[in-house]
Amino acid sequence: MATPTDCKYSTSHEWHRLSGDVLTLGLTRYAVDALTDVTYATVKPVGTVIAAGKSLGEVESVKTTSDVYSAVAGTIVEVNQAVVSDPSKLNADPYSNWLVKLKVTDTSGMEKLLSAADYDKQFPSGH
Amino acid sequence: MAQKTPLHSYHLDMGADMMEFAGYDMPKAYKPLSGGPASPKAEHLQVRSSGGLFDVSHMGRLQFKGVHVLKFLEKVCTRKIRDMKTGQCRYSLVCNEQGGVKDDVIVMRQDEDSFMMVVNASNRAKIVEHFKAVIAANTYKLSFDDVTDKTAMVAVQGPRVIEFIGKFSREIPTLKRYTFTVKNLLIAKLTVARTGYTGEDGVEVILPASMTTMAMKMIMKDVDPKAADAAIKPAGLVARDTLRIEAGMPLYGHELGEEINALSCGVDFAIGMDKDKTDHGDTFIGMEALKKTQAEGGPAKKLVGLRIDSPRQMRQGMAVLSGGKPTGTVTSGCLSPTLNINIAMAFVDKALTAEGTTFEIDLGEGKGTVPATVVKLPFYKKPS
Repeated sequence: MATPTDCKYSTSHEWHRLSGDVLTLGLTRYAVDALTDVTYATVKPVGTVIAAGKSLGEVESVKTTSDVYSAVAGTIVEVNQAVVSDPSKLNADPYSNWLVKLKVTDTSGMEKLLSAADYDKQFPSGH
Repeated sequence: MAQKTPLHSYHLDMGADMMEFAGYDMPKAYKPLSGGPASPKAEHLQVRSSGGLFDVSHMGRLQFKGVHVLKFLEKVCTRKIRDMKTGQCRYSLVCNEQGGVKDDVIVMRQDEDSFMMVVNASNRAKIVEHFKAVIAANTYKLSFDDVTDKTAMVAVQGPRVIEFIGKFSREIPTLKRYTFTVKNLLIAKLTVARTGYTGEDGVEVILPASMTTMAMKMIMKDVDPKAADAAIKPAGLVARDTLRIEAGMPLYGHELGEEINALSCGVDFAIGMDKDKTDHGDTFIGMEALKKTQAEGGPAKKLVGLRIDSPRQMRQGMAVLSGGKPTGTVTSGCLSPTLNINIAMAFVDKALTAEGTTFEIDLGEGKGTVPATVVKLPFYKKPS
């Protein structure tokens, strides 16, 4: 499964897709493979203001509990309830199953993120 | 650099995601060869429904032989050893003088004066040193050999395992639980024990490292583990952990440890407190301390099983609260793949161990608490 080239990647393993002033965010294949079967996902409620680099939720597996970060500041406008109620969707297809959408005003965090090619180089996933 | 077991190339061939464990490069879980992510949950359910194969070569295998072997084993093992029959396996603890747990082990009687012992990988070096010191201090006459690197060990576990292993040897299905037999395979000897760490029926096989590939083919006769619907598929360390938690089995570093009183771990059956009442008057290291614990009314904490009424995973070290006050600590936890609820084991005050007792578990970092209820161990018992 190819790493989508229309997203930017953080070294904390979130993908960020910016479309206008809406940022869609999810976990990378590398992240969900490291977690193994995701058993729990939680995201802060719609309306929460998230500062750049701050946690907006958590994911859990038998291995570990992990915070989810946004590289860009914004306000949560939508939570993917399908993933929250069935977190195994993240293992099946982490790039289609986004976690959260943020409305952003300042996109300055985006340029620090990695391209798909650079992310794959640093964090190769097996498939 | 992590050590490789004799099955290392098998794991890579089967699509394993590897991880370091106790100094070994071990399979965490296997990616299906047909594609898609590795799923420890799927491996767990495969073991519960059919069969799984685990590489347990990282565990230590120690060989003892000599005139004082019984005296020695009675001294280091909490369980009675003398009355073991040839071909029998027995679970025991090895304690320190304070009654804490140095390790939990399987002892196998091969002959009148010859025994094998399987110890935890993470404790092997420590246990070898401990045994050497005990042998020297008591001038016991016996030979003691660490054969871990010369051998491999696999666990084949699940309800259909005996049916398949019977194709390799008709004797194996006749073995009772906690007994073993030695099968000759050309020039190699395979020790096959009806034991395991999953709560399922199955075997654990010790084989010469140099014969691993051939022996594996014999054990897995008529099974193509690469087939999507194989009766027996490889399973990794994550599934091994969730299987043993469901089966309520303790793990060193979690439910067992040097600072944990042996009588608090729920394995009293493995502690021969009346060993000294037999003709030989044997005593084991730690016995005196444990007798004192007993005289004082038992250990302050006891291990319990907990059902967690929350989707949150329980982690080792989380505080167990009763009416808002700390009463214990979580030792292990997982989302039970078989029961589909969160389960945990924890040490709590001995007065609060009755089934149905309720607690709150502190998630830590100000994340709040979740409710927990004491349930009987094991969480899962195979249908009889």
